[in-house]
Amino acid sequence: MSRARESIFRQLQENSGSIPIAMHRSGPALMHWSREEKIARLGEQLTTAHAEVHRVNRDNWVQWINHHLPERDLKRLLIGEPLSDQLQGKTADEIELVHYQQPIEYWKPALFDEIDVSMTSTRGGIACSGSLVLWPDQQEPRLMSLVPPVHVALLKASTIYESFEQMVVEERWASGMPTNALLISGPSKTADIQQVLAYGVHGPKQLIVLILEDE
Amino acid sequence: MTIAEQSNAFQSRVEDALSNEQAHRNFRSAMTMLMEKRANQFPNDDELLEKRQRANAIRAHALRHLPQLLEQLEQRLTENGIQVHWAVDGEETNQIIHQLLQRAGAKRVVKGKSMVSEEIDLNHYLQQRGIEILESDLGEFIIQLAEEPPSHIVMPAIHKSKKEIAALLKQHFPELDYSEDVDELTQQARQILRNRFQQADAGITGVNFMVAETGTLCLVENEGNGRMSTTVPPLHIAVTGIEKVVEKLSDVPLLLEMLTKSATGQPITTYFNMVTHPRQGGEKDGPESVHLVLLDNGRSRIRRDQELLDTLRCIRCGSCINHCPVYVQLGGHAYGTTYPGPIGTVLEPMRLGLDQVGVLTSACSLCGACGQVCPVQIPLPKLINRLRAESVSHQNRGAVKGEGSLRKRVEVWAWRIWKTIYTRPALYALFSWGATHLRGMTPSRMGGWSRYRTVPKPAQRSLAELSVQSGFEHE
Repeated sequence: MSRARESIFRQLQENSGSIPIAMHRSGPALMHWSREEKIARLGEQLTTAHAEVHRVNRDNWVQWINHHLPERDLKRLLIGEPLSDQLQGKTADEIELVHYQQPIEYWKPALFDEIDVSMTSTRGGIACSGSLVLWPDQQEPRLMSLVPPVHVALLKASTIYESFEQMVVEERWASGMPTNALLISGPSKTADIQQVLAYGVHGPKQLIVLILEDE
Repeated sequence: MTIAEQSNAFQSRVEDALSNEQAHRNFRSAMTMLMEKRANQFPNDDELLEKRQRANAIRAHALRHLPQLLEQLEQRLTENGIQVHWAVDGEETNQIIHQLLQRAGAKRVVKGKSMVSEEIDLNHYLQQRGIEILESDLGEFIIQLAEEPPSHIVMPAIHKSKKEIAALLKQHFPELDYSEDVDELTQQARQILRNRFQQADAGITGVNFMVAETGTLCLVENEGNGRMSTTVPPLHIAVTGIEKVVEKLSDVPLLLEMLTKSATGQPITTYFNMVTHPRQGGEKDGPESVHLVLLDNGRSRIRRDQELLDTLRCIRCGSCINHCPVYVQLGGHAYGTTYPGPIGTVLEPMRLGLDQVGVLTSACSLCGACGQVCPVQIPLPKLINRLRAESVSHQNRGAVKGEGSLRKRVEVWAWRIWKTIYTRPALYALFSWGATHLRGMTPSRMGGWSRYRTVPKPAQRSLAELSVQSGFEHE
C-alpha cells in the first residue's frame, strides 16, 4: 500500500466518531403515473430538450425508418445486433446498413466520418427527467449513441419508469453494474458561448426517439 | 506573498474587474438567467427544502463514514478492473498521472472538464513534460486557447463574448472562416475536436460522484466530450477528491437532480455517464485500462473540524456563485483562485491558508443568498463569517492555516478603545459630547472606507442630549 494512502487514512480515522449522524435519506413515495402519463411526461421533457419524439408500433416502425431517413438524406445507418434481424432485408433501397462488427481501433475514421445515422435499442426510459437509459454492450457498443450525427433510439413504452431512483431500485442495479450505463436526455448541447444554446457540439446533433407500443 | 501584497493584488484585480464593462455585462446577464432557470426547476418551496435536506443527509452520511466508504470503493473498483491511486497533494497527483501516461506511451491527451485538475494545475505540469493536453469541453477549450483560468466552475468561459471567441478561434485556426454565429462557432469546434478525440492516446476526466457499493464513477455533462474522453482513447484516467464518494447507487439520483437543477436549471443534463469497468472481453469500444487517482489535498484535514467539514458536502453546482452579489460584480478572475464565489471564499483559505488568500473573506456582503440556495445546505455565510473572524483572531484553533494573519495592531487598539468607551457611561458621555461639539474636526479621510464614500459627520447634538431637551428623563 502506498504511503499516501496510509497517511490519508490515518487522518481520516482520527475523528470519524465525532461527526454527527445524518438524517433520513430515503425519498418520497412515487406518483403512480399511468402508462399514458409516463409516456406524455417523457415525451414532453424530451421535446423541451430538443429531441424528436414519435410513437410507433411493432408493425410500422421499420416503415418510419424507411420513410423518414431517406427524406432527411440519412443513408448510411449504423446498427447493432439487437435490431439487425428486424432491419436486415427490410430497409428501403436508399438505406445502407452498416454493422458495428469490429473493435473501434480498426475503423475509427470510418465511424467518425462515414456514418449518417445510428439506431439503437434502449433499456428503458425515465419519465420525470425525459431520459433514455442505455446499457451499451458487445452487441450495441458505447460509441453508437455518441459519434454519428443523428441517433435514433427505440424505446419500449412498457420500460418507462417514473424516476431514475425507481428504476435503479426496482431493477436492482446495485447487484451488477455494466461496463457503462448511460442516461441520454437530448441531443448533445452547449451554452458555453455567451449562454446561447447550440446543438451537436461533440455528440449527435439530433436525437430521435421512437416510442414503441409494446403491450 | 506578504499580507500587504496579497491585499493589494486583490484590490487591483477587483479594480480591473469593475472597469471591464463587457465582462461585467456578460456576468450580469448570465447570472440573472441562471437564477431564473433554477427557480423554475424548484417551484415548490417545501419540496425543495425536503430535497435539500435529503441531499444534505446523503453527503453527510458519506462524510461520516468516509474511511469505510473509501475502502469499500477501492475494493469494488479493483474487483471491477479499475486501478486506484492515492495522492496526498497536487504534486503527487500530477506525478501519478504523468507516470501513467508515460507507461502507456501516451503523448496526446484529451481532457474532460475537471475543477480538481485546475486545482492541481495539471495541464501545465503535463505540458512542461512534453505531453499535448487538449481541453475538450467547449468552454474549457476556449479559455485554454486564451490561456486564461476558468471564471466560473460550471461555465468556464462565461466572461467571454462571442466576438472575442470568434477572434480567438480565427487566431489559432487561421484556416477557419471567421464567424460570430454561435452555431457556426460550435460546429468549427466540433470539427477540430473530433479529430483530436480520434488521435488521442488517453482521456483524462474528473468525476461527479463515486459509488462505494458498486465501484462506479459518474460523470455529468451536456456536450458529449466527457463520453468521448472516457470511450474513444485506449486509456482513461479519472481524477477527483476523496470526498466525492457516496455509499449507495440509490443515493445518486437525488444528487444528480439537485446538481443539474441547481447548476444550470436543467431537469437533467444531456448525458449521465456511469463507468464501472474498463472494456471487457468481446466489447468493441471503451478504454482497455481505467485508473482513478484520489486526491486529498487538505480534505482530510478539513474533515477534522466540526464546522468546516460541511464544505466537503459540496457537489460543485456553482449555485452559490450564481446567486452571489459580489461575484456578479466581479466575475471569477478577481478572486485569483481556482474556486471563486462563496464556495471559493470558504474552500480556498482552508486549502491555501488565510495568510495566502484570507483577504477573500472580505469579498462577501453576508447577504446569506448562498446559504439559502445551496442544494446540500452548506452554511456558507456562517463559515465565511467564521473564517473572517479567524483571519484576525489571536486564539490558535489550528484548523485553518494562517489564523490571525490579517490581524492589525491599529484595528486591535481601535476596538479596545471602542470597548472601553462603550462600557463606561461617564466616558461615553464625554466621548459623545466631544464628538458632537468638536464635529468640525472629524477627519475627511478614514482609510479604505472613505475611498468610495463621504465620511459622515456626527450630528450637532447626540440622541441622549436631544432626548433630555424634549423632556425625557431616562432613555
